[in-house]
Amino acid sequence: MKTLAPATEQARYIGQSLARPNALRLAEGRGTYVDDIELPRMVHVVYWRSPVAHAHIVKIDASFARMMPGVVAVVDGPQMAKICKPWVATLTHLAGMKSAPQYPLAMDRACWQGEPVVAVVANTRVEAEDALQYLVVEWEALPALIETETALDAGSIVIHPQLGDNLCFTRSLDTGGVDAAFASADAVAEVTFQFGRHTGVTLEPRCQISDYNPSEKRLTVHHSQQAPHMMQDLYSRQFGIPESQIRVICKDVGGSFGIKVHAYPDDFATVALSVLLERPVKFVTDRLESFTSDIHARQHRVTGRIAANKSGEILAFEIDDLTGIGPYSMFPRTSAIEGNQVVNLVGGPYRHQQYRAKLNVVFQNKAPTCQYRGVGHPIACAVTEGLVDAIAQKLAIDPLVIRQQNVIRDDAYPMTATSGIKLEGLSHQQCLDKIAVMMDYPALRAEQAALQKRGIYRGIGIAALIELTNPSAAFYGVGGARISAQDGATIRLEPTGAITVMVGVGEQGQGTEAIFAQIAADAVGVSMELVRVVTGDTDVTPYGGGTWASRGAGIGGEAVLQAGLALQKNIVGVASVILKRDVSEIALVNDAIVEISSGQSLMPLAELGRVAYFRPDSLPAGFNAELMVTRHYAQRDYPFIFTNGVQASLVEVDVDTGFVKLLKHWVVEDCGRVINPMLVDEQMRGAVVQGIGGALFEECLYDDAGLLQNGNMADYLVPMAAEMPDIEVAHVETPTKTSKLGAKGAGEAGTAGAPAAIMNAINDALSPFNTTVYSQPITPQKILRALGKV
Amino acid sequence: MENTSQTHLINVTVNGHPERRPVQPRQHLIDFLRDDLGLKGSHVGCEHGVCGACTVRLDGKIVRGCLVLAVQADRKRVDTIEGLTQSGAAQALQAAFVRRNALQCGFCTPGMLAAALELVETKPSATRTEVREWISGNYCRCTGYQAIVDAICDVLASSPEVAK
Amino acid sequence: MKAPAFDYVKPHSLAEVFPLLQQYGDEARLLAGGQTLLATLNMRLSEPSVLVDLSAITELRGLTLAGAMLRIGAMVTHSEIEASALVAQHAPLLPLAAPHIAHRAIRNLGTLGGSIAYADPAAEWPTCLLALDGVVVAKSATGERRIRADDFFVDLYTTTLLPGEIIVACEFPVASANHWCDFDELARRHGDYAIVGLAGAGQRSENTLAQVRLVFLGLGATPLRALQAEGVVKSQPLTASLINQAVAALKNELSAVGDLTSDAATKMHLAGVLLKRMLMKQMQSKNA
Repeated sequence: MKTLAPATEQARYIGQSLARPNALRLAEGRGTYVDDIELPRMVHVVYWRSPVAHAHIVKIDASFARMMPGVVAVVDGPQMAKICKPWVATLTHLAGMKSAPQYPLAMDRACWQGEPVVAVVANTRVEAEDALQYLVVEWEALPALIETETALDAGSIVIHPQLGDNLCFTRSLDTGGVDAAFASADAVAEVTFQFGRHTGVTLEPRCQISDYNPSEKRLTVHHSQQAPHMMQDLYSRQFGIPESQIRVICKDVGGSFGIKVHAYPDDFATVALSVLLERPVKFVTDRLESFTSDIHARQHRVTGRIAANKSGEILAFEIDDLTGIGPYSMFPRTSAIEGNQVVNLVGGPYRHQQYRAKLNVVFQNKAPTCQYRGVGHPIACAVTEGLVDAIAQKLAIDPLVIRQQNVIRDDAYPMTATSGIKLEGLSHQQCLDKIAVMMDYPALRAEQAALQKRGIYRGIGIAALIELTNPSAAFYGVGGARISAQDGATIRLEPTGAITVMVGVGEQGQGTEAIFAQIAADAVGVSMELVRVVTGDTDVTPYGGGTWASRGAGIGGEAVLQAGLALQKNIVGVASVILKRDVSEIALVNDAIVEISSGQSLMPLAELGRVAYFRPDSLPAGFNAELMVTRHYAQRDYPFIFTNGVQASLVEVDVDTGFVKLLKHWVVEDCGRVINPMLVDEQMRGAVVQGIGGALFEECLYDDAGLLQNGNMADYLVPMAAEMPDIEVAHVETPTKTSKLGAKGAGEAGTAGAPAAIMNAINDALSPFNTTVYSQPITPQKILRALGKV
Repeated sequence: MENTSQTHLINVTVNGHPERRPVQPRQHLIDFLRDDLGLKGSHVGCEHGVCGACTVRLDGKIVRGCLVLAVQADRKRVDTIEGLTQSGAAQALQAAFVRRNALQCGFCTPGMLAAALELVETKPSATRTEVREWISGNYCRCTGYQAIVDAICDVLASSPEVAK
Repeated sequence: MKAPAFDYVKPHSLAEVFPLLQQYGDEARLLAGGQTLLATLNMRLSEPSVLVDLSAITELRGLTLAGAMLRIGAMVTHSEIEASALVAQHAPLLPLAAPHIAHRAIRNLGTLGGSIAYADPAAEWPTCLLALDGVVVAKSATGERRIRADDFFVDLYTTTLLPGEIIVACEFPVASANHWCDFDELARRHGDYAIVGLAGAGQRSENTLAQVRLVFLGLGATPLRALQAEGVVKSQPLTASLINQAVAALKNELSAVGDLTSDAATKMHLAGVLLKRMLMKQMQSKNA
């Protein structure tokens, strides 16, 4: 395999599988998660939430609750609305999108089971929960809209009458020749896919401590959050507090996956309480309420068609997507993005010329949905790859072969794909070839056939995918959302020769701080042990978007690289003055200034630091040692930098029980330059396992009245270790030319491809029975029904 | 409406240190450890006994900290990640977890380590499948579990009992 | 969530327990291993006024051989049963079932008596007790009562235990030389409550099972014996067609209650698969 040229002149750390410097702290139980923080005079809030899907709030009687021991305050929606403005979550570049004003607490009507209505604040969490039992809320159930299928029917209730209907957003895309392509095709396949609503289930629940200091008129929020500057901006605007007076601190975050990148009503409510009470207020979501108050995602019904020639050439895709997003579009990223992504991404890896898509995003009385790891990709990939397998089967072409035949050629980039997305440089052909070797595809097929004769039904599923990463302002900024597309890094040389790196992108466990340390060390020319990385504090770091859309390495990493290179240049400049040598003769290598010609060390970095900071009198007049440098980076060349990859799954279906055993999973991923293979590999595996969750286990099950039936850890099934396969990961590296670092994102592709690969593998195993399952999660019962056994 | 439950005085040895504390009967062990003793290394993930984030050792055996009352720990020994770190009991596993990148956000890790430690101590010849089954009571949302399994298998492989 | 307030008492003998039960009646809950009780209290699903911790009562502990019966104290934990050589020898069904009970941290505290008293129809121990024709030993202030498992589980979370009575032990007939037993269940995730499970026990002679008891978990409101299926296989050499008859009998006699992801038809189908596989395994092992 060809190796990449190094990103920096010194390449000691970038590209190496190094342990994370911040991992031992967590392994020894010395992390600082929000719930670990205790502040003086801190009180605790719990929320009374709507017990039903749709209700008119008639009367709130807090008199008994206020009499309970330790109760500090009971606050309702109208009281809170006096200090916090409502919001409407739309984006102007999603034409015609609409939503209704939303408040921190429901005003007179609750629109989903779990919507916060009343805040009860007490000295301890226990006391707040005790008091909650004595809060009397009188409510009348209103008719609820639960099913997406009927949301646009004339007879259905309109959740927000002022909007006229329940349509949040609709979009159509048509290349013009779709009907002709289908009419001329040798084969057409049509499939209806169902995707169960699921949720992120971060192990650390959503939580924050809001601390308003009235003397300074200053708000500090300790937040388990992915985008501290975004929250700073939102709190500033909704409460009318200057953003310079707001500090958002995100120390250790116990998992996020997109669940913690949104601004929840209870986030604003908790801040409002702190402002009203003038003291710190802690809110930690109870696990039972997290299931109805965290965002959900991925509830889609997609009917898809594919047309191809006898030779296997794919001619066209067509999809019709209906998705339900709850009663409000989520603030500030909106709930129309997921469906919009599905439209953009279907057919993404392929060379077909015709594509038509229709999307309806509708309101309903269930928990709001929004961006969760992979955002639309798992849907688009499952639809695309399910259709490709369906047409391959009709044409009796091997699934690997039809993909090799139809993917966009590796030498065709840059190009614009049929859906209109711009692709800089991908490697589908290399990835497919590589995975075929990794899994020993011919041998696997032979084994499959041999076992089938013995009544053992194995299936092989393949899924090619693209993933959008390194977003430009095209994602949110152009639509009016104040979410930074740019990120910054500041690097400071300390007098001892150590460096401190402050970055707007934070750490949620991905290893962000580790790769920033690797990049900074190589860029500056210092040992990694001398690098300290600081993230997650709006008072300290440069302004930035935070961690989402697989942008940490590609955007934040590039900012670190540029800052490091600039600091190195400055340091060499200082050395040149101290040593009276021309800058062209010396370099900073391995913590020392060296003579380039001989490699001889001239001065340790610590000596340079000593002179620069403590003996500037010895430097020439007018010379300033600029030993702290900030650089920013925003990706501006493409709306997104797409990555690609392919996954394969080997499963065994027990056709008597409908149980699926996951035997093995393979991933080939091209995320450009890989900064730390070990971290990327386990990122990939974790994302694959989350994808497997959606494919086989996870679903928020609602009854006809809109009540969540399985809102607890025992009944909502997240993947556990015993059922998961070993996952083999390999890389192809096609660096992006939009940055010096060349890194693209890697956090979400696993989730994007796994559901498709698993679904295709199951259907491959079921093929001797001429049956298929396209409804995720694929439960034993669904398989048994497909087999006609129940 | 008044909270009439009486307070109990408990004697419990936590990480080797004797503690004598009053507790409310309803307080579970994990809140006692975190709120009363300031041992924040054990985490609360679900409070209904499923996620495993609050796994600690009670008289040497792993338990769910949210499914034990503090008052039940009276005259017993409790070990948390802080104690297992200080005593060195978890050192080999911690090193393997770091080396293998077997943790990401780290929220599950103290509980996962406590569970893994009991496996290493009681089933030193456990197979990879047995490792997966053993830790299936501890939920990790970040990793694909594989790095965790690899790390535990590393420690099992280097355990002297297996060599015999 | 945090549990509602309650009092706590820790008696040191059964004699101290009975007056407490008398005094508090329905307001008291017995705290055995607590692995179900404390989870439900944390969800504020009930509000007892007092918890009676049974852990200090030595009469509730111990694993002993008492004549033809293996006696396991109510406070013996799942882990202790799983690891006991005595149990493995005399009631080998139990260690087959034990690994399916939740996870290690739960098994370290959860108890036999607690599981039997709670009578979850999806739990392993009630099913095993019924399959082994075991006996619940209950005591009250007025004396001891021995209740056959067949007479013990009457409805969802409901047993024939009387107010004021407490389970002190369970007794299992000691396995004879030709004892046969097997256990299997289908859970979507290891350690979860199963969709359906089956415990089988009886006497084996060559390819024939006698005194066979087949008990399903997860199907109905209690562990369910498949009496007709038992009748089909009882004392007949196992053949493929006999096994099919047994499965047909099972589907004829029992009906299931669906859960969130598996309806009644799926559960009955899976029950049939488990029965067929268990008997086929037995047949094949004898033919081998």
